[in-house]
Amino acid sequence: MRIQLNKYIRAGFLLVSLFALGACSSTSEMEEESAIESSSSSSGSASTGSGSSSGQLTQEQIRAQRALQQTVFYFDFDVAEFKPGDRETLTFHARDLAANSSKRIRLEGHADERGTREYNLALGERRANGILNYFIVNGAARSQIEVVSYGEERPEQTGQSDQAYSRNRRVEIVAQ
Amino acid sequence: MSSRYLFIIGLISILHFNVEAELSIQITQGIDDPIPIAVVPFSIETGGIFSEDIAEIVKNDLEQVGEFRALSRSNMLSLPTEEREVFYRDWRILAQDYLLIGRINQQSGSQLVQVQYEFFDINREIKLAGEVLTGSVTQLRDIGHTISNVIFEQVTGIPGAFTSQLLYIVSESAGPQTSLFRLEKADYDGARPQVLLESGEPIMSPSWAPNGQDVAYVSFETGLPRIYIQNIASGQRRQITNYPNINSSPVWSPDGTKLAMVLSKDGSPDIYVQDLNSNQLMRVTDHPGIDTEPSWTPDGRNIVFMSDRTGQPQIYQIALGANSYDIERLTYDCFQCAKAQFLPDGVNLVHVRRETRQALYQIAILNIETLRVITLSSTSLDESPSLAPNGSMIIYGTKFNGKGVLDAVSIDGRVKFRLPSTQGDVREPSWSPFLN
Repeated sequence: MRIQLNKYIRAGFLLVSLFALGACSSTSEMEEESAIESSSSSSGSASTGSGSSSGQLTQEQIRAQRALQQTVFYFDFDVAEFKPGDRETLTFHARDLAANSSKRIRLEGHADERGTREYNLALGERRANGILNYFIVNGAARSQIEVVSYGEERPEQTGQSDQAYSRNRRVEIVAQ
Repeated sequence: MSSRYLFIIGLISILHFNVEAELSIQITQGIDDPIPIAVVPFSIETGGIFSEDIAEIVKNDLEQVGEFRALSRSNMLSLPTEEREVFYRDWRILAQDYLLIGRINQQSGSQLVQVQYEFFDINREIKLAGEVLTGSVTQLRDIGHTISNVIFEQVTGIPGAFTSQLLYIVSESAGPQTSLFRLEKADYDGARPQVLLESGEPIMSPSWAPNGQDVAYVSFETGLPRIYIQNIASGQRRQITNYPNINSSPVWSPDGTKLAMVLSKDGSPDIYVQDLNSNQLMRVTDHPGIDTEPSWTPDGRNIVFMSDRTGQPQIYQIALGANSYDIERLTYDCFQCAKAQFLPDGVNLVHVRRETRQALYQIAILNIETLRVITLSSTSLDESPSLAPNGSMIIYGTKFNGKGVLDAVSIDGRVKFRLPSTQGDVREPSWSPFLN
């Protein structure tokens, strides 16, 4: 699956490069769009395609752009480590901070309502700190990032269902 | 013109709120053999009607704590209002153990009322108590609760806590992704709620000062959790911490001179104690795990706290001034134990217990000498236990029909009552000390 996808991406990339070389700018944008289609099939997040107007974005840039659009990361119950599947997206966020030293963000940690409130406040901070440390390891400066935990005080979804709980265990990246 | 209109709307919503938001008490579990008591309607000697029915307030107080069952008024054979009108035989026929009577006097043109009450033991045919209480007509509820205190102590030997009050947090949805948070104060039975603080950002962990006059809490109003102290009567407040990261869980020492708290300024949440006179900060625990939820032992010499240093939350104790590694673990037999506080006996530990991996959180008491555990609640999301000043009941936050409500349970588990909110989610109760 992954390999097949990469084939498509590579094929798309090749096409884009070819058209770019041929200075045929009117169709290159179309090809770029199709490349986005194939690469987004695994992540499932909708792309607005904003910023593609320049028509000169590399695949890496497109993936970075898409990654930066994902600002909420969900966690498993009683777990403070982010999901392995979010690693790549978080890497793009870290590189973006490293490349833009004036950029400031806030990492807001949250927990579901199960367990005591003070423990959940600490758990939300632990989750946000996990991402903070990952960002720093990947080139972001400590001074760019503020961490705050809301514990269980600001649920994304109310109610006592597993669905609501899974939406509430999260860290949000908020641009400052 | 438009601003005037808005003002009127605002006023209406405030009035509406005051009526709607009152928590009304429900007894959810009483004892099998309550003590029979007759509470005769108090006569109003000077005529007229008051907004509060003192006899009804006393009757509700006594029934709510589960120890008493009051005789229905329609079954009374006589309605005495002073001692010479009392015939013990009338009450013995009705199988009553105790009798309360009284009368109210109000001087014309005055706001002052005099309430005379008398309390009798039917079996021994003696008067146990009686006095004249004077207050404003707006204090009839307080006078009723004061009489309940006397009766409760006469019969059980334990001081009544009917004049005590509660602090708690209410959150209410105010549109998509926005909530309003309030710190409120009410009588122990939920009556007469007052808003002490309202914010668009979370408010947490209210803690009643031992002097009964101040409250410490956490507010996110600056965008970060910080600890504040507020005078309850004047509303005057001050921010007392501004350390990086988490500032939370303020709890007053029994003598009121210090505040235990949780700070994560050095990386992970640890317990600290701040002296409120000198502002000197003392670090109590030092561990990379989560240390939180401090409480004081009744003698003020030790701090009980929760730590997940072994992987799951468990309860520990440390002496004030001891080395941070010199700690004693108090709980072993639960998957998670949290938010612990000793009863005044210093032996029984109230806490939130998650027995197994299953995510059920209940209020329990562990005797640290016998290791006996009594689970007091039977709902699944119970937290934030707080003890009544007479040590007889615990109030805690739980969920009922998907909403946050406050439940109370006697420390023997026999009696339960609920304060359901008609508006918003209610949580984090803090029961006041005895108030004068």
